[in-house]
Amino acid sequence: MKEFGKYLMFLGSLVVRRESFKTYYKLIMDEAILVGVNSILLVALVSSFMGAVTTVQTAYNMVSPLIPKFIISQVVREMTILELAPTIIAIIYAGKVGSSMAGGLGTMRITEQIDALEVMGINSASYLVLPKVVASLLMYPMLVILAGICALMGGYLVGSLTGIISPTDYIYGIRFVFNPYMVTFALIKSFVFAFMISTISCYKGYYTKGGALEVGISSTEAVTTSVIAVLIGDYLLAQLLL
Amino acid sequence: MIEIQNISKSFEDKQIIHNISGVFEKGKTNLIIGASGTGKSVLLKCIVGLIHPDTGTVFYDGRNFTDADKEMKAEIRREIGMLFQGGALFDSKSVEQNVMFPLNILTNMSLSEKLDRVNFCLKRVGLENVNSKMPSEISGGMKKRVGIARAIVNNPNYLFCDEPNSGLDPQTSILIDELIKEITDEFDITTVVVTHDMNSVMGIGEKILFMFQGHKLWEGSKEEIIYSGVKELDNFVFTNKVMQSLKKKEN
Repeated sequence: MKEFGKYLMFLGSLVVRRESFKTYYKLIMDEAILVGVNSILLVALVSSFMGAVTTVQTAYNMVSPLIPKFIISQVVREMTILELAPTIIAIIYAGKVGSSMAGGLGTMRITEQIDALEVMGINSASYLVLPKVVASLLMYPMLVILAGICALMGGYLVGSLTGIISPTDYIYGIRFVFNPYMVTFALIKSFVFAFMISTISCYKGYYTKGGALEVGISSTEAVTTSVIAVLIGDYLLAQLLL
Repeated sequence: MIEIQNISKSFEDKQIIHNISGVFEKGKTNLIIGASGTGKSVLLKCIVGLIHPDTGTVFYDGRNFTDADKEMKAEIRREIGMLFQGGALFDSKSVEQNVMFPLNILTNMSLSEKLDRVNFCLKRVGLENVNSKMPSEISGGMKKRVGIARAIVNNPNYLFCDEPNSGLDPQTSILIDELIKEITDEFDITTVVVTHDMNSVMGIGEKILFMFQGHKLWEGSKEEIIYSGVKELDNFVFTNKVMQSLKKKEN
């Protein structure tokens, strides 16, 4: 509880004594490139294979001739949009971006760079962390949308090339009884996950004490805590919003 | 002038600083000396507000810094320049960007004005043609110089240096000490230096505060240090062979 209270106070410190909008704009753009643009390749690769594997495994399990083929792509759609794109990509995001945030801030802490900011009269938490959080809130939903598209494309390609499902059936299944609320739900999840991963990772990094070993420990803790928070958040959101 | 009154600080059960008071005078290089682990850096961090003392007050030219609200603290801090032990340069920024950083955040100067000021400060610390280099591409001594340039770029009234000579060769150490002294005299600022280097003490120590196991044991000038009569200070000062021979000569 003490740790959670400290985390809430840390969140509060992000929005007090802020710098000018111009300062944040540049920082947010730089962070957006780091957390978003630099993650595109990994997200596209992982999600394409995720869609492809989901298609193959769904087809493998549908042995009854009574089930139409287009159900395969419908299942891929539901799984991808509802769960795989926001949640699995969140875990990858925590591993790639979260650990980098914690490591970067931890290194700044132990090399007194954060102290240097404080001595200058700058709110170091707000200056360093707020741009990372805002950039994550902007970029992560876009990565989730990209992941959803790549996963469906991956399923389409593998389904078509291996003859598991015809392109026409696949497209039909994708559009069959489509509920747009699923996309809204996925985007809500993506905002919540982006906030949790970025703030938890930054919190772990910002309060690093010690030396290089502790920076590594902070990075590991950032990833494990973020992943646990994402999984709990995923369950709670499903209960609340579905 | 900076005045500290009854500063104490504990971490968990261990008391690091015991009720220290003192005055750091304007236009002088004030030194806090003592062996490693005596609480010098903790005291410095209490003075600049990086650590909140358990008891006691710090006054910057009569302004109560310890109990000030966040706005007031930020205002006073904008008058502070600090050189950290490892330089604390921002890894992702070039030398020029590092030195320009306080100006970007704290002033409304135009880019050309900022560049002029940065080049002046870099020249003042003896660095030229390094503007585009990254901190990882320069030596330890150069990092300290860049740290000093960054500390003075916004015309501070107070300059703090935490172990400015650590990790430097004796020749570079002397150059850094001389630079700190020259800057103090030139800009008439209050400078506080934490060190355990006896060359620094005898070179630039205009006012010295000696700490031992978290207590202030002695205060005086470098001329008085040899005759202090404080056993712990003698043990600290005369471990150096040069100082031992100096004392023998004096005797």
